[in-house]
Amino acid sequence: MKKISILDRVLLLLTVLLAAFQISYGLNNLSFLATWSYTAGFGVLLVAGLLLIILGFEGLESQIVVIVSTLIPLCISMGLIAEHLAKFIIPYLVFAALGFAAIAITRYAVEDKTATIVLAGVHGIAGSLITFLPIILSIQGKVSAGYFLVGIGGALIGAGGLLLAFLKAGKPILSQKTILTVLPILLVLMTGAFVYGFSFR
Amino acid sequence: MNKMRSGLKTIKRKYFPLIKSLQTALLLITGIAGYMSARCPVHNIPTVLGLTASLLLSISGSTVLNMWYDRDIDAIMPRTSKRPLSTGETKPKEALIFGLTISVIGVTWALLLDPLYGVIIFAGLFFDVVIYTIWLKRLTAWSIIWGGISGGMPVLAGRVLGIGHLDWVGVALALGVLFWIPTHILTFSIRYHDDYQKAKVPTFPSTYSFQTTRLIIAISSVLATIAFGAASYGVGLTWGFLRLLVVLSTGLFILAVQSLRSPSERITFGLFKYASLYMLSAMLLMFFAGI
Repeated sequence: MKKISILDRVLLLLTVLLAAFQISYGLNNLSFLATWSYTAGFGVLLVAGLLLIILGFEGLESQIVVIVSTLIPLCISMGLIAEHLAKFIIPYLVFAALGFAAIAITRYAVEDKTATIVLAGVHGIAGSLITFLPIILSIQGKVSAGYFLVGIGGALIGAGGLLLAFLKAGKPILSQKTILTVLPILLVLMTGAFVYGFSFR
Repeated sequence: MNKMRSGLKTIKRKYFPLIKSLQTALLLITGIAGYMSARCPVHNIPTVLGLTASLLLSISGSTVLNMWYDRDIDAIMPRTSKRPLSTGETKPKEALIFGLTISVIGVTWALLLDPLYGVIIFAGLFFDVVIYTIWLKRLTAWSIIWGGISGGMPVLAGRVLGIGHLDWVGVALALGVLFWIPTHILTFSIRYHDDYQKAKVPTFPSTYSFQTTRLIIAISSVLATIAFGAASYGVGLTWGFLRLLVVLSTGLFILAVQSLRSPSERITFGLFKYASLYMLSAMLLMFFAGI
């Protein structure tokens, strides 16, 4: 396992600070569900960032990390639905709850291949939603053009999630060292894109 | 000039390690945060400087006296055996005079700043040095309660200096620190269990069991987050800051539960570090709330 460097820690700290800023200042005048969905998504990102700083990349070895980190795209996508597509709140809430439960159960109960397929499926849907919904909304002119940056954040979270999912399944797309080198950069860029993009509401 | 430089180097080498700079800084931050939480005219520079200096001297003084008294057990434990009092680099008499001097200056300064503030600072020092270190530390594992109470005094004192009297918010802040202390110290006593055994210092893991200790850590984490939550509400933290505190508190709770469910050296270490960051973050939130 790659040892965490000072630069990695600095990038993760930036991620943590950006997530903290978003939770503290970036969620005003939203509905209860949107506020707490975004809070949970950015909150998991914040705590995960802190734990990576403290424990190093070895922290990623735990199954619980895989499960909890799925909350990031699920919660942020739930927030987007609650904010922009109110009539889909209930179906998406059901999907998010079932998807999360499926990931948690398959991680412990079935073999790696099925667990990875479930993880990639749920992660993929949530990630696609975060990627395309903001872009479509900004093209339609329903939000400011800069809001498309949220979609960029979604694409980055999708890429990071897939890289980690295949790594955990033992079929890495890139070498473990490369993935862990890229991960802090990906996280800080993703969080930066989210924070800046959401400011264009 | 060279003489002065070498004198400063000697002070840095012999006395600075006696202060436990990280622990002192964290307690100092709690005191300043307690003061800032009052949202009074906090930009009163002489008072802020007086608060900082008196707290720094008193906390450092109690730490030096604590280290002076514990020099025999520090010498036995590998983790602390390199401290200047254990190695003999600093003479016990020098450390005692240094500790007493800065303690007296710190407490006197605090009393001159505000009598009630000074009394609380003195109480913190007394609980830490006399009750915790000299009387109870070698007798019972429960001594950490007194360590916790003395740890809660800086934040309470800061709050009292800010508002001029005791209030429930100050007590809640102090309780937050009191309940946070087990998360910090007990994870430490799990990690360095062998050291404490060697020095025959009773700890929760040696008196009860590792699992009971982890349960106490989990319970005290919950109580600490409740106390900080209540205090934050009383201080009038914005919803954004309250949300952030909820996130950080949830992280602490999950880590404590995880340490109970599947204990490992790594989780214990993570909880220990996270607890320090949690305290620092909670205090920074109080601090920024007052600006």
